[in-house]
Amino acid sequence: MEKRTIAAAIFFSIVGVFLIFGALFMHPFGQPEDPEMDQYIIDNTQAQTGADNGVTSVVFDYRGFDTLGEATVLFTAVAGVIIIFRRLNK
Amino acid sequence: MMGMSKIVKTITSIALPLTLIYGLYVIAHGHITPGGGFQGGAVVASGLAMLVVAYGSVWTMNKIKEKHLSVLESVGAIGFIGLAFLGLIFGTWFFNNFLLGNKFLFGGIGEGLSNISTAGVLPLMNFAVGLKVIAGLFAIVLVMAYSTSKKEGIFK
Repeated sequence: MEKRTIAAAIFFSIVGVFLIFGALFMHPFGQPEDPEMDQYIIDNTQAQTGADNGVTSVVFDYRGFDTLGEATVLFTAVAGVIIIFRRLNK
Repeated sequence: MMGMSKIVKTITSIALPLTLIYGLYVIAHGHITPGGGFQGGAVVASGLAMLVVAYGSVWTMNKIKEKHLSVLESVGAIGFIGLAFLGLIFGTWFFNNFLLGNKFLFGGIGEGLSNISTAGVLPLMNFAVGLKVIAGLFAIVLVMAYSTSKKEGIFK
């Protein structure tokens, strides 16, 4: 066997062992380890933000800065694509 | 003749308004039902990408310039950040929900799936982000398709 094949076999077995152990020690579905924050948002989102949709209230109110960064990432991607393809087009 | 066959164009003309209505519904009801600005914007942008597929990028670029899409995207971004700064001015902190509690517009507290005039500043932010995602994704699709088309692009 080649050296590359042996190296790839060792690498994939290590990754596979990690994946199997990760699957074995997974939490049961619906039982997070630290449910206090989820319960706080579920209890208070209607009174504090007025929104019925808890996900939107988290995305745009509790975690507004994250959405700002996401919008900046999208803006940068669009600007980069337009710059590159306009240059090819001329 | 640019674009695909007459069958595809007809089906696109029928399906496009429905897709646009559904996407705008998802954006407008983002604070009540599942969805929001990003998801609804992706729906609308994929409907418009169907236009590019059916009619060809050159035809679409003649109708909708990518300059205007850039302007729309910038308007969405400025609206989003401006709403956040309005929270700083009228309220107390950045991203403050300053419209919550007033009597006129979007002031209510949600009590079910019927009342759209709730959640303060969240629907306006949804509209801003939705505008941004529509213009951004459609600009990406349109510019890529146009610059690689046989008539106008790099392979001519």
